[in-house]
Amino acid sequence: MTASATVPVRRRSLGLSRLILGLAALIAALAFGVSVGETVIAPEVIWKTLSNQLFGTDYPLRPIQEGIVWNYRLTRAIVAAACGAGLAVSGVVLQALLRNALADPYILGISAGASTGAVLVMVLGIGAGALSLSVGAFAGGILAFTLVIGLARAAGSGIGLPQAGLIILSGIAGTQLFNALTSFVIAQSANAEQVRGVTFWMMGNMSGVRWPDVRLAVPVSALGVLVCMAHARALDAFTFGAESAVTMGVAVRRTQAVLIGVVTMITATMVSITGAIGFVGLVIPHAARFLVGVRHDRLLPASALIGAVFLVMADVVSRVIVPGQVLPIGVITALVGAPGFAVILIRGRRQRA
Amino acid sequence: MIRLEEASWRAGQTAIVRDIALHVRRGETFGLVGPNGSGKSTVLRLVAGVLTPSTGRVRLDGIDQTRLSRRRAARMVAFVAQQADTAERVTVRDAVELGRTPWLSMLRPFGPGDDRIVAHALARVGMSDKAGRYWQGLSGGERQRVHLARALAQEPRILLLDEPTNHLDIHQQLSILRLVRKLEVTALVALHDLNQALECDRVGVMQAGRLVACGPPAEILTPDLIARVFAVRANYLTDPADGHRLIRFALSED
Ligand SMILES: Nc1ncnc2c1ncn2[C@@H]1O[C@H](COP(=O)(O)OP(=O)(O)OP(=O)(O)O)[C@@H](O)[C@H]1O
Ligand SMILES: [Mg+2]
Repeated sequence: MTASATVPVRRRSLGLSRLILGLAALIAALAFGVSVGETVIAPEVIWKTLSNQLFGTDYPLRPIQEGIVWNYRLTRAIVAAACGAGLAVSGVVLQALLRNALADPYILGISAGASTGAVLVMVLGIGAGALSLSVGAFAGGILAFTLVIGLARAAGSGIGLPQAGLIILSGIAGTQLFNALTSFVIAQSANAEQVRGVTFWMMGNMSGVRWPDVRLAVPVSALGVLVCMAHARALDAFTFGAESAVTMGVAVRRTQAVLIGVVTMITATMVSITGAIGFVGLVIPHAARFLVGVRHDRLLPASALIGAVFLVMADVVSRVIVPGQVLPIGVITALVGAPGFAVILIRGRRQRA
Repeated sequence: MIRLEEASWRAGQTAIVRDIALHVRRGETFGLVGPNGSGKSTVLRLVAGVLTPSTGRVRLDGIDQTRLSRRRAARMVAFVAQQADTAERVTVRDAVELGRTPWLSMLRPFGPGDDRIVAHALARVGMSDKAGRYWQGLSGGERQRVHLARALAQEPRILLLDEPTNHLDIHQQLSILRLVRKLEVTALVALHDLNQALECDRVGVMQAGRLVACGPPAEILTPDLIARVFAVRANYLTDPADGHRLIRFALSED
């Protein structure tokens, strides 16, 4: 064959330079997140604190500043990064599996279900500690997602909206149901103190984050991203639908089960730490597609990096936008995400036309 | 080699195809014809492993389809469905590269050899010059050819094509059918054009979920059978230039 001689060789991975650029951006965002806040902390203090804590050096620092850097700001920034990466990757995976540009853990009710599960644990005090909170959230998330998909399937066999619209509508119904359940549980059994705490947490809130949360969020997010990366080619094969993926050798059922399990695990863990943060899983994957294209070997790492940077920055904004007050981070992501959602809807319409 | 042994498939209680016994020999191009809804696509989907027979068996080179892993099956069989679309912004080359999926793994990533196979597949369907184009900007016939290239990139021994000449202009129809016949694969092709079916090695005729006839096209596609199955009148004409026979159709009531 003569045509084979002139194949333009395409770069297949994210490319080392772009990966380094992304990691540098992430480190810069983390440093920014640590230094900015009610009191601005000099880079030198951050550096010395890290050195003292990690390498046992003995730079003299004011204990208050060292405490703010190490226990408050750094933990918060790291959890924000893990959360952003995990949610963005979850969005990519759900969009590919459901072949739906509007899919993300928040819209499909997984976050709402996870909230209900977590609140049940929190208020009723079933078990104790961060782990049982995540377990409750995971159970709630799986239950919600199962119900949402079940509803979409049941509705799909009749005449009605196309499947894509149905899943989103079912997701909205599921979200409403589980949010109502959460409110019900709170109203029934919580005292005034708990109500305030839970309400703030439900909107996505990072202020309670400490080192144990880092030790939960980072491994879950890293593991989740790695498992999804290992399925990058299978996700590509869903381009023309699940049936076509089957004929290209993908074990579709197993892939769906594993990946939906992973996505729910990530979402549930993040919800149990920070509450439900919307729009990250929806908007970041589209931004990443715009930058690196649709192939999952590049799209997944790119989304993880962009999601991480985005949520660290959103957290900074939530702390400084109203002087003397910390907004729930979910408010900031919604302020950015809702217009992003609108753009995706309008672009989707143009593509269909 | 494809062998269906009394294979049936039911949707709920309704039998969609029943007791299909069919043997497609190695290297043969086998045409499957029949009216709309007669079950051609269902038979192909059974062979592809997308559907599992409710009763009976599908064997590929002697092995029960249900005993093959998805990956092994996909290295043997490639399937071009009647329609498969996407909303993703994939390029033609992206789509054809998907065909390499069953051959790749973490330890065996996409390499120069795969690039050559993809380029070859694109060249065979005449899409090399459009490799960088986006799917959404392709015509219906171009999309059909990309799907065929994707299937060829899978390097199958068995090729299943569901109405591959749909949307194609007459030149593309003839060249795709010639390509399929020339390939050293066993091909099972659902067709609507009975004159194209005449060019196959053998044909099978589907009617209401059953295989009602099977054999060399000249023996099977008689005016009588065509009248029974398709409810049209058929006459064989002979091209005076080369003696080639072809069928002319008319509605029975005319
Ligand atoms: N999953 C299903 N559930 C219910 N009925 C089905 C299903 N799949 C196919 N059918 C029905 O089975 C019959 C055969 O369908 P099939 O697609 O195999 O026909 P076909 O011969 O390929 O037709 P065409 O020429 O129009 O492509 C049709 O009447 C169809 O409605
Ligand atoms: Mg068909």
